[in-house]
Amino acid sequence: MRRLIFLVPLLVVVLLAVLFWRGLDPARNPASLNSALIGKSVPAFALAGLTPGAPGLTAADLKGQVTVLNFFASWCAPCRAEHPLLMELARDPNLRVVGITYKDEPAKSAAFLAELGDPFAAIGADETGRVGIDFGLTGVPETYVIDRDGIIRYRLAQPLDSARLEQEIRPLLADLAS
Amino acid sequence: MSNVATLFLARAVVAVLLLALVSASLPGMIAPAQAVSADEQLSDPALEVRARNLMREVRCVVCQAQSIGESDAGIAVDLRHLIRAQVAAGASDDQIRQFLVDRYGDFILFKPPFKAETAVLWIGPFVVLLTGFGLLVWFFRRRRTIAAPAALDPEETRRVARALDDSGIADLERGSST
Repeated sequence: MRRLIFLVPLLVVVLLAVLFWRGLDPARNPASLNSALIGKSVPAFALAGLTPGAPGLTAADLKGQVTVLNFFASWCAPCRAEHPLLMELARDPNLRVVGITYKDEPAKSAAFLAELGDPFAAIGADETGRVGIDFGLTGVPETYVIDRDGIIRYRLAQPLDSARLEQEIRPLLADLAS
Repeated sequence: MSNVATLFLARAVVAVLLLALVSASLPGMIAPAQAVSADEQLSDPALEVRARNLMREVRCVVCQAQSIGESDAGIAVDLRHLIRAQVAAGASDDQIRQFLVDRYGDFILFKPPFKAETAVLWIGPFVVLLTGFGLLVWFFRRRRTIAAPAALDPEETRRVARALDDSGIADLERGSST
C-alpha cells in the first residue's frame, strides 16, 4: 500500500495529459463556441436590399422554410473562398439560402455577387453591423441554419468547408426538412 | 582603476538599470493603463467612466484575450459605441451585461456569473487548494510518527549488546577511550 504512493506523480502526469488532450480538442476551441442563440428565435430585424427597389430581408422571411443564412462581405476573402459551396447549397430545392451583407457598401456587395454568382433567394444589407451584433456575430463569414419555426439550430463561425457541409450541415438540413 | 572601484561601478550600473526597469513598469502596476481607445466619448464624465468600466469587463469576441476596451477589432469598436449609447440612454450596468450575454453567451464576460454551469470554475480552485492542504497535513503528521522510533524493549537491548560484542566494536570503543 505504501509503495503505491510512488505512483501518485505518474497518476498526476497522466491526468494532466488527459486534461490537456481534451483541452486541445478543436471542438472545445472557445473560438468555435456555440452561439448563445442556438434554440432561440432569430432576433427581430428588417434590412433593406442591395438596390433601392430590392425587397431586402426581415426576420419574418426566415420562417416557413428551412433556411441557411450566410453573413458575408465583399471585403472578406474567406467569403470568396466559401462561395462555391453556397452556390452548391442553393441548388437544394428543400431549403432556402439567404444572405446578409455585413458592413459593406451595397454596390460592392452587388459587384461581388455579379462576379461570383448569386446563391441568395433574398439579401439584406447590414451596413452598420447592428443586426450582426443581435445575431452574436463574431466576424464574417458566418453561416446559420434556421428551422421552419424561425429557430436557430446551428451556427458556423468560420468559412464553410466541404467536410463540415457534408458531415454537419447536410444531415441537419435533411433532418429539419423531413 | 582598482578592483574595488570597478566592482562598485558595475554594481551601480546594474542598480540603476534595475531601478529604470521597475520605474518603467510601475505606472502600469499602480494604475492599469487607460487602454480604452479614444473614440468619441460621452460628454458626462461619470457616464463615460461607467461605460469604460464595462468595456474592461467585456471580452472581444475576435481577439478573446483582450477586452473590447483594448481591442481595435471592428466588432470591439461597434460594441464600444453600443455600450456608450446604452449608458447614455440610461441602461443599468446589469442590463447592458445581460444584453451582451443574450447575444454572445457568458463567454463575453471576463467574470462569468455564478451558476450551475460555472460552479466548477468558481469552486474548483478552492477544492484543489483544500485537497493540497489536507495532503500536506497528512504527510507531515505521518512523517512525525515515522521520525520517532519506539524505544528498544529488553530483548532488543540484549541483542544489540550481543551483536556489538561479537563484532568487536564494543572492544574497540572501550580501547579507544583509554
